[in-house]
Amino acid sequence: MGLLQPEPGLLIWMTIAFLIVFGLLARFGFPAIQKTLDERKKYIASSLEEAGEAQRRLEGLQAEMDVVRQDAQRQKAEILKSAADAREKILSEARLRAGEESERIIAAARASAQSESEAIIRDARHQVALLSIAISEKLLRSKLEDSQAQTVLAERLLSEMERKNDGMNKEA
Amino acid sequence: MSAVLVSVLPVSAAGGGDAGQEEGFSAKELVLGHFEDSYWWHIGTFGQKEVSLYLPVILHSPATGWHCFSSRKLYEGASYLGFSIAPEGKYEGKVVETLSDGSVVRPFDLSLTRTAAALLLNSAIVLALVLGAARWYRRRKITETPRGLAALMEWAVETVEEDLIKPTVGENWRRFAPFLLTVFFFILINNFMSLIPFFPGGVNVTGNIAVTFVLALASFIVINLFGGRAYWKDIFWPEVPAWLKVPVPLIPLIEFVGIFTKPFALMIRLFANMLAGHAAIICLICVIFITAGMGVVMSTSMTVVSLLFAVFMNALEVLVAFLQAYVFTMLSGVFIGLAQEDAGKKVKS
Repeated sequence: MGLLQPEPGLLIWMTIAFLIVFGLLARFGFPAIQKTLDERKKYIASSLEEAGEAQRRLEGLQAEMDVVRQDAQRQKAEILKSAADAREKILSEARLRAGEESERIIAAARASAQSESEAIIRDARHQVALLSIAISEKLLRSKLEDSQAQTVLAERLLSEMERKNDGMNKEA
Repeated sequence: MSAVLVSVLPVSAAGGGDAGQEEGFSAKELVLGHFEDSYWWHIGTFGQKEVSLYLPVILHSPATGWHCFSSRKLYEGASYLGFSIAPEGKYEGKVVETLSDGSVVRPFDLSLTRTAAALLLNSAIVLALVLGAARWYRRRKITETPRGLAALMEWAVETVEEDLIKPTVGENWRRFAPFLLTVFFFILINNFMSLIPFFPGGVNVTGNIAVTFVLALASFIVINLFGGRAYWKDIFWPEVPAWLKVPVPLIPLIEFVGIFTKPFALMIRLFANMLAGHAAIICLICVIFITAGMGVVMSTSMTVVSLLFAVFMNALEVLVAFLQAYVFTMLSGVFIGLAQEDAGKKVKS
């Protein structure tokens, strides 16, 4: 029976001890731990939310960056294309101008060659005429008294030759 | 518990050498002696030397007033100022006062006995654990990862709250959490300390009815002090057929008795569990010394068997120590939660 009979002295000690422990823990112990637990829970929740927000923002930035990059690529392509165009244009212009120049030079050369050959021909004709005259003079001095008649004859002969010559040239 | 074990070791040393010699070993005395309170804290017997911690004896005698002295003065039947420890009779093992006319009375005894001393020590440990953890938090930011004691206590507090307090108490759990947590850690530390076989532990504090009585009384007060209107209505005017309530208030009477049986069950459950567990371990250890005089083979085999059983029981007791703290807290929480339920919910169910 002694075991089941609470001892008054021990009851008092136990009451004091329990009240002190409860008082101190309920005031300074558990509320502090509880507060920390709550705060940490809140902190973790808000941190997760912030991390999600940051992730979303990062994704937004990524998309924005992609747009910028595409834009830059497009601009680059445009610039390259316009550069190629300009090059092509300059080249074709240069080519055109070179063609014109060469044509002009060729034309000039041809014209000068023409006039020179004409001059040579004229000179040659003149020389031939003079020679012919001289030859005919010597030939006809005996036959003809009048030098005028001789010249007319020579001229006629020459124009015949010339016509023949022209026909030969055309053939060539 | 095993402070007792240490104290009986010299007995085995004496009996082990000569199998026929018995030192008058009494298992009954040993087991009961462990459960009875004493005025000193026996630490052990080293050789022939008994080492005990003498605790203060605090008395109030109706004749001579307050007294406070060391229990060394009463050791081994000594008498001091007319006070002595009764060797037998109604007050066996307690301090009694022999008055001048020869009559023996029991003074009001507020001595710091072994159980009381262990109780205070364990209370200090509980305080140190929880306040230490709380102090850690007060000094640091919440972003810091708790280490050591704070990490342990944070885990323990959160587990008890999530598993015990929130599901049982319900909405108002925050209000009752400090009380239930205090009860849990108080019982847990006392249970664990009683399982340590050396000096600062080994005292079966929660196996003492006075201790469990106060714990149950605290639960009783909390349950009924904060009980809602629905709770009291349910007791005195429950939802049962009218003939069960008038003219003979049968159900109200049962409900009213129920107010007291709930904490009473709490008190007995904890007390009996801890007492029985300790008794089982001590009895198993006693088997070694009882069989010491029965020959070498018997004594050796029984020593091995009883040691194995004692190890098993000790392991079981560690579980029980936790379980009893858990059950006490859970049932207190359930009773508080039932008393908290509002009328609306009650009517629906």
